[in-house]
Amino acid sequence: MTKASIEARGDLRLTRLTKTYGDFTAVDDLTLTIPKGSFFALLGPSGCGKTTTLRMIAGLEEPTAGSIHLGETDITTTKPYQRPINTVFQNYALFPHLTIFENIAFGLRRRGQKGVKEAVDKVLNLVELPHLAERKPTQLSGGQQQRIALARAIVNRPALLLLDEPLGALDLKLRRQMQIELKWIQKEVGLTFVHVTHDQEEAMTMADTIAVMNEGHIEQMGSPADLYDNPETAYVANFLGQSNLIKGTISGNDGDSLIVDLYGQKIALPKSRSHAIDNSTYAGIRPEKFRISLLNTQTRGNVLTGGHIEDVSYIGVSTQYQVEMPWGQELMVFEQNDDGVAPFKKGDAVNISWEPTFTFALRGDEDATAGSEVEPEVLDEE
Amino acid sequence: MGKNRTPYLLLLPGFGFLFTFFILPIINLAQTSTQTKIAGGDTGQYEQTLHFRNYIDAFVSNREQFGRSFLFATISTLLALAIAYPLAYAIAFKAGKYKNLLLVLVVAPFFTSFLLRTIAWKQILGEEGFVIPTLRSLGIISQSTTLTSTSFAVVMGMTYNFLPFMTLPLFASIDRIDPRTLEASGDLYANGFTTFRRVTLPLSMPGVVAGTLLTFIPAAGDYVNASILGDPTTKMIGNVIESRFFKIVDYPTAAALSFTLMAAILILVTLYIRKAGTEELV
Repeated sequence: MTKASIEARGDLRLTRLTKTYGDFTAVDDLTLTIPKGSFFALLGPSGCGKTTTLRMIAGLEEPTAGSIHLGETDITTTKPYQRPINTVFQNYALFPHLTIFENIAFGLRRRGQKGVKEAVDKVLNLVELPHLAERKPTQLSGGQQQRIALARAIVNRPALLLLDEPLGALDLKLRRQMQIELKWIQKEVGLTFVHVTHDQEEAMTMADTIAVMNEGHIEQMGSPADLYDNPETAYVANFLGQSNLIKGTISGNDGDSLIVDLYGQKIALPKSRSHAIDNSTYAGIRPEKFRISLLNTQTRGNVLTGGHIEDVSYIGVSTQYQVEMPWGQELMVFEQNDDGVAPFKKGDAVNISWEPTFTFALRGDEDATAGSEVEPEVLDEE
Repeated sequence: MGKNRTPYLLLLPGFGFLFTFFILPIINLAQTSTQTKIAGGDTGQYEQTLHFRNYIDAFVSNREQFGRSFLFATISTLLALAIAYPLAYAIAFKAGKYKNLLLVLVVAPFFTSFLLRTIAWKQILGEEGFVIPTLRSLGIISQSTTLTSTSFAVVMGMTYNFLPFMTLPLFASIDRIDPRTLEASGDLYANGFTTFRRVTLPLSMPGVVAGTLLTFIPAAGDYVNASILGDPTTKMIGNVIESRFFKIVDYPTAAALSFTLMAAILILVTLYIRKAGTEELV
C-alpha cells in the first residue's frame, strides 16, 4: 500500500468529495478531474471550500464522504507522508531550525534518496537562490522564502504539487513576477500544479484550467478565456472581472442568435452563450466591450439608446464611464484611450453599442450581484 | 550623555539589591569556607586561616551524598521531562479552549504550601494510601515492601514538586511552534515519529533546556524532600549542608560544601548547554 501509493501517477480524480464540520458543509459533493501535467486553479473567496479541498488532497483533512484517486490508486485514506503529493503552504511553513539546504533536502532524506546534494543544488539554481543554501529561513525575505518553499516541494518530483495561496503574502510587484516564474517553472518541471487562490487575476495569469468555487461546489470550470467570455452564472460573471448584467426577456430567434428585449430595446446574442432556462434572462456584457457614441451617430451591432454619462474616471490606459440608462441602471464602460482625449463629458447624451458575439445570457432568476466584491449595485429593477 | 544615564539609574535598585543580598553573602560564605576552629573557642567560633583543605575534607567525607544528590536530581529531572512533555504538548496543541484552564491547573499546586504537599506524599505512599495496596494486589511489590522512607519516595516527591517548573517552559516553547511546520513535515514524507524527532523536538529544545535546568538545579540542592520522604540512608548534600549549618554549627564545612555544589552545578550546566546547542535555535 505504502509503496503503491507513493509511486502513484496520473490524473487526479475527486469523486463526490464532501467535508462537513458539524452543521457546516465546507465541500459539497465535489466531483472533478485534474489532468496530469496541467496547471489547475481552484478560485473562490475565503470560505468557499477551496482550501479544505486542497487539504483533503494533501491528506491533512479526512473527507466525510467521497474518494480521491491518483491515476488508478485510491488515496482517500492514505497518510499524507505516503502520498506522492507536496504542498507549498500559504505561510511557507519552512523549518526554522534547519538551513535552507536542509529544508529542501528534508523530503529527499525522509525517502532515503541518493544524490541529495545534486538534487538540492539543481533546484536551488532553478529558483535562482544557490547562494542562500547555508542561511536560516528567518534570514530570508518573503519572496525568497516563497521560492524556497516551492523548491522544497518540487525537489521531490511529486505527482502533484499543491499551492495554497502561495503568493498571498507578497507585494503586488513581486507577486506579478512570481506568477510568471511559477508558470515557467511548472512548464520546466512538467508537474501537475493545483493552485488555490482568491485572486482572480492570479488564477487567470497562471492556470490552464480554473474551477470557480462557491459555497463548497464548483460554479464553473474552464479555461480563463472561457470563464471570462462565457460565464454561466452571475457569480462567475461578477467574480472574474466585472460585468454589466441587464434584465431582459428572450423574445425570439434569428438563426444562431437569440433576440432579447432589454427594457423595450432589442439586442441579439449567440445561442451558444445563453444559459437561460426560460424566457427570463440577464444579458451580460463586459465593460470593455461597450463602445460609447453620441446620439444620432451611426453604430453597428447591438445598440442601447437613451443613456447619459453619469461619471468619468480617467485611469490613464483607459477611461471608465458610468452611463445611466433610461431604466435607471448605471452601466460600466471602459474605453481605451487610443486617441489621447476623453471625448465624453458628464451629462452627454449617448448610445452604447457592442458586437453581439460579446454578449452572454444568464438565467433570469439569478441574483445579479452574486460574487461581486464591490457593494451591490442597483442592477435589478424588481 | 545626560540622557543616557536614565537606564543606569533604573538599574541601580536591582544592582543594590543583588549586591547586598547576593554578592556580599557570597563573599562572606567564601571567607567562612576557609576558616578553622579557634583553639579553645566556643562552639561556632571560627577564625580565618585560609585552610583550603576544608574543601577536600568536606568533599571526601560527603562523596556519597554528593553522588546521591546528582543521581536523584537526574532521575527526577528525566521523570519530570517524560511526564511534562506530553502534558505541555497536549495543552499547546490539543486543549483548544481549555488551554488557559489547564495552565492554571498546572500552577494550582502552588496555592498550597510546598511542605504540606510534600508531607501529603507520605500519606499517598503510606500503608493507608491506595498505592501500596494496589501494587501489592497486582503482585508488583511483595507484602513486606514499603515505599515511605525510601529513595523511591524522595525521587517521587522531587519529581512532583518540580513538575510545574518543567511544564511551563516546555509549554511556552511548544506553543510557539507553528503547527503548519508539522503539517509540512508530514507532507514531506515524515511519519509521526520522524516529525517528532526532526521537527517538534528540535523546535522545542529551548523549552527542554530551560525546563531541565529549572528542575535539575534546585533538585540537586534540595533537602526538604529527602528529609520528609527519606531516611538517613537517602540523605542528599542539601541535608548535610543544612545539618552542618544549623545542628552541628560547622560553618566552614557547610560553606565549603555549598561552594563545591555550586561549582559542580555550574560545570554540569555549562557542559549541558554546550551540548544542547541552544544558541543555534531561533
